Amino acid sequence: MATILTSTSAKLILPEALPLDSGQALEGVEVAYETYGELAADKGNAILICHALTGDQYVANPHPITGKPGWWSRTVGPGKPIDTDRFHVICANVIGSCMGSTGPASLAPDDQPYGMRFPVITIRDMVRAQVALLDALGIECLHAVVGGSMGGMQALSFAANFGERTQRVLAIATTARHSAQNIAFHEVGRQAIMADPNWQGGAYYGSGRGPDAGLAVARMAAHITYLSEAGLTDKFGRRLQDRDSKSFGFDADFQVESYLRYQGISFTNRFDANSYLYITRAMDYFDLAEEHGGRLADAFARTSARFCLISFDTDWLYPTAESRNIVHALNAVAAPVSFVELSAPYGHDSFLLDVPAQDRVIKGFLE
Amino acid sequence: MSRMRPDLEMIARHIPAGARVLDVGCGDGTLMAALRDGRGVDARGLELSPEKVELCVSKGLSAIQGDANRDLAEYPDGAFDYAILSQTLQTSERPDQMLDQLLRVGRQAFVSFPNFAYWRMRLSLLVNGRMPVTPHLPVSWYETENIHHLTIADFRALLVEKGVKTQGCWFFTHDREVGSTGANWWAEHAVFQLSR
Repeated sequence: MATILTSTSAKLILPEALPLDSGQALEGVEVAYETYGELAADKGNAILICHALTGDQYVANPHPITGKPGWWSRTVGPGKPIDTDRFHVICANVIGSCMGSTGPASLAPDDQPYGMRFPVITIRDMVRAQVALLDALGIECLHAVVGGSMGGMQALSFAANFGERTQRVLAIATTARHSAQNIAFHEVGRQAIMADPNWQGGAYYGSGRGPDAGLAVARMAAHITYLSEAGLTDKFGRRLQDRDSKSFGFDADFQVESYLRYQGISFTNRFDANSYLYITRAMDYFDLAEEHGGRLADAFARTSARFCLISFDTDWLYPTAESRNIVHALNAVAAPVSFVELSAPYGHDSFLLDVPAQDRVIKGFLE
Repeated sequence: MSRMRPDLEMIARHIPAGARVLDVGCGDGTLMAALRDGRGVDARGLELSPEKVELCVSKGLSAIQGDANRDLAEYPDGAFDYAILSQTLQTSERPDQMLDQLLRVGRQAFVSFPNFAYWRMRLSLLVNGRMPVTPHLPVSWYETENIHHLTIADFRALLVEKGVKTQGCWFFTHDREVGSTGANWWAEHAVFQLSR
C-alpha cells in the first residue's frame, strides 16, 4: 500500500497566452500540478521536478487512476534523496499531456476537443508553461530543477532559457538532442496509433472508441527501449507463460510477450493517444544546440547554475556518450558540473528504480 | 584543514585563493575540499572511479567521471589556472602526453609521483632481484596500476626534452620534506610545479 504524503493538487490557468516555438500562441492554458513540503518564507527551497514522456504530476503520491505509487516515490518524500521535510517540491503535468494540463483532449475555444487541431509543441514550450507556473507561485529562483529522460531535457532547456532562475540543474539519463534512432522508435509508435482505424484522424473523443490497440503497440515498442537486454533476459529469458510447451500459434507463449501486452494494455487506461503523438513529437524536435546557433556550449553560456548529470551503463536509449556530450559543452563554458556514469542492470528505466548510488548522488548534489 | 598527504598539503599551500583548479584523478575530493574550504578555490575534479565521484558529489564538489587519458583532450586550452596530477602520472597510458595536456588545460601544473630510484627501492631490487613492494608502492607488480615507473631523474629529463619550466619542486621521505640534494637517492616521492 502506497503511503500518502501531504500534498496539494492544484490547477492554474495561465493569465496570459502561452507563446509557442511554432509561432502560435495558446490561450487559457491550464497547468495541473502537485506540491509537497513547505515553501520557505524566502521561497528559496523550491525544487521543480520535470516528468518523463508518460509521467505526470503524481511524483510521490498514488496515481489517481491506477492507484499505483507515484512514479518517483522512492526518491521524493520525507528523509528521501529529495527530502520533502527540507524542500518544497513542485511537479507539474506538461502541456500536451492528459493529466489535467492543457493538451489535445482539452476543449478548444469552440468547446470541442482540440484533437489534432492542438498546436505542435516543443520541450521549450513545456518549460515556458513551467516557468509561468513559477511566476504565479511567486518563485523567482529555484533551489534546483530536476528531471530524468524527457524531464532531463526540460531541465536542460530550463537552464538554457531561464538559467538565472535556478541554482542547480540535475539531468538524469537524458540527452541534448534526439538522435535518428530515438526519432525512429517514436515514429514506430506514432504510426501504430495513426494506423488504428479507431484513431479517426485524432477525433475519437466522445466516439466511444479510441485507438487503444495502436497506443498499446506504441507503448510496447517504447517499453523495450527502456529496458536492457540483460534485464529482459534476467526477468524473462525464453520462459513460457502459463504453459509447458509452445502453442504453435500466436498467443503470448513467452513470458516477455505476455508482459509487454500487459504493459501496452494497462497504458491505454491512463494515457491519451493524441498526447502520445504530441509529446513524442516534442521530444523528436528537441535539439538544444540547434536552438543556440548550432553550438551546444552556447546554450549554457548565460547560466551560473551548478550542474549534475547522471547516466547508466545499460541505457542504450540515451547512452552515456549523450551525457558526456553535455558535460563537454558545460566544461567549454566553465560551468561547475559533476557527472557520473552509474552501473545498474535496468537500462534506461534505471533512474526510476532501486539504484542506491543514484540516491546518494542526488542527495549530495542537492545539499 | 584536516591532515592531508604531504604532497597534497604542499600543493594546496602553493595555490592562491580564488584560483581555478582541475584536480586530475581527484579521488574522494580531499584536496578539492581543502582548497575550496580553506581558500575559496574553484576546484573541479576528474576521476575514473564512479564510487569516488559519488563521494565528491556528496561533499558538494564538482567532479566528472572519466578517463584522464582520453577526457583531458575535451577541455579547452587554458581553462584552469592550475592542473593537478597527484600520484597518477605513473598510471597514465602516456605520461609524456599527459604532461602536455596538463600544461594545455592549466596555465601551470602540479605533478607528484613516487620515485623508483629511492635508495630502498634500489637496494631491494639489488638484493632480492624482485620488483620492490613498499609503503608507497604497496602492490605486487602484476596487480599494480602503475604501468610507467619513473625516477626523479627521468622526470627531470622529460621536462628538459619538452622545454617545460620548473617553478618549484619538493621532495619527501617518510612523509617528511627532504632537501633536493641527492633527491633521486633519498626521496620517496616528489612534487613539481611546472609551467610552459
